[in-house]
Amino acid sequence: MMDIGQLFHNLLFDYTLRTVALGAAILGIVSGALGAFAVLRRQSLLGDAISHAALPGIVIAFLLTRSREPVIFLLGALAAGWAATLSIAAITRTTRIKDDTALGLVLSVFFGFGLMLLTFAQKLPDARQAGLDKFLFGQAATLLQSDVIAMAAVGALALGATLLFWKEFKLLTFDADYAASLGYPVRTLDVLLTTLLVVAIVIGLQTVGVVLMSAMLVAPAAAARQWTNRLETMVGLSALFGALAGVSGALISSAVEKTPTGPVIVLCISAIVLVSLLFAPARGIAWRRLRDLKNQRRLRTASPL
Amino acid sequence: MITPAMTTPAMTTPAVEVCNLTVAYQDKPVLWEVDMQAPSGALMAIVGPNGAGKTTLIKAILGLVRPLAGQALIYGKPYSQQRHLVAYVPQRNSVDWDFPTSVLDVVMMGRYGALGWLRRPGPAERSAALDALDKVGMADFAERQIGQLSGGQQQRVFLARALVQNAQVYLMDEPFQGVDATTERAIVRLLQELRSQGKTVLVVHHDLQTVPEYFDWVMMLNVRRIACGPVHEIFTEQNLRATYGGKIAFLHGNSVGEVHDGHRPALSQPAL
Repeated sequence: MMDIGQLFHNLLFDYTLRTVALGAAILGIVSGALGAFAVLRRQSLLGDAISHAALPGIVIAFLLTRSREPVIFLLGALAAGWAATLSIAAITRTTRIKDDTALGLVLSVFFGFGLMLLTFAQKLPDARQAGLDKFLFGQAATLLQSDVIAMAAVGALALGATLLFWKEFKLLTFDADYAASLGYPVRTLDVLLTTLLVVAIVIGLQTVGVVLMSAMLVAPAAAARQWTNRLETMVGLSALFGALAGVSGALISSAVEKTPTGPVIVLCISAIVLVSLLFAPARGIAWRRLRDLKNQRRLRTASPL
Repeated sequence: MITPAMTTPAMTTPAVEVCNLTVAYQDKPVLWEVDMQAPSGALMAIVGPNGAGKTTLIKAILGLVRPLAGQALIYGKPYSQQRHLVAYVPQRNSVDWDFPTSVLDVVMMGRYGALGWLRRPGPAERSAALDALDKVGMADFAERQIGQLSGGQQQRVFLARALVQNAQVYLMDEPFQGVDATTERAIVRLLQELRSQGKTVLVVHHDLQTVPEYFDWVMMLNVRRIACGPVHEIFTEQNLRATYGGKIAFLHGNSVGEVHDGHRPALSQPAL
């Protein structure tokens, strides 16, 4: 264990730690902000399906190009995530299968296919160095400064689009039928918002991995909802919680030897969720229990008739 | 402001016209060759048993469901060209009221259609929304979180949102469902005000007893159109029997209602 002062010194001057912390912060901000919309649209599981479905995309991208460039992997992930989303929509539209079942089907079929391809690709001579398996649970230490710059650029685009279409996304999320009655192309807006969600997921894959990525979408939003009744504040807080978890996870895993960054980030955000569920004013379990007790006491001391 | 004179090509053009409309979900027909006309200025109840296709009819008029055949026209033109003339009040339980937003925010959504892409609501939208909230008796709740409202208050928020659209035609899906007496009175007052302004209002309604009191036109629907016209001509025992089948009780004179479980034989149809 290092002391705290040393840790902060490293955060600023150690190349690896600085890069990892910055990357984790960016991933936290983007997935936190877009995850808030996913949670409010009851699409938490869609994020899970998309991130698991990214795996075959990554491996296929490698098999086709034999390149080790993260950008190639991420393009593969993007394409596969998209294909998964379209498959889910097609299944629910053309069959009687409900959307939760469609999500489960697509998630397991894509992920299973990805694992099979991964096993196959691992046997190839140049696959070991490509480090495909790092996308399963993420390996933040492999982040380069150039990766972080790419993440920041794509993330800024996604956040910019969210701000630009804020009013439309808000209306779509709250009341899609009403949005359609006003003339907004609901299908197009839905595709746009889902695409931004896919982008948010892809940004985080290298750090957190396909298995745990959905936690970075759902958890910050669930925590943020506890503290506010305004969409603006919720999205902002969700981004902040995501960034906080990202940076703390990076710091903890650098201070404690042999701790994987991705899972530690997820544990950090889980801690934030736990505190929010318990102690947030108005919605927190602790305050509600306290209020109930106070009310009971008041009723008991008041004269019964 | 849009006046009816500007938007009505001829006095005879109905505000809402539905021709030969057929809608099916999967292989089950929900509306079958439905024809309907609502003249400009009509205050019309749409009644029929559960599963009769009342909500689907509203959604088809709004272009939210795609018909297999037929069409719906607003003042003689397809909805896509006339949406600025139409305001929609969906069923209250069609949205998640735990959504993190305020009453005022929801009402301002009624201006989003007029605002168009990318433009944000400003002071004009805000004051229009406050006016509308005042009309439905909800001015004191503007800053309240929508999840903290009672069912009736939520319904009035939806009505205020439609009011700020400043439309000619209002389509309301069960605004009276499960509301308190205060809200029911507020809605009735609002309907009368809209009628006095010459607006056309179509209301999916469940309480058969209040139809003659609240409305002057009625459409009776059960997958097919049973009847449509002025209440005093159309709202007859024979038509009600045709619409509801055997599930309806007729007691002395005007009071009609659906029988359910034998408990309250002469009152309204149970809300779902």
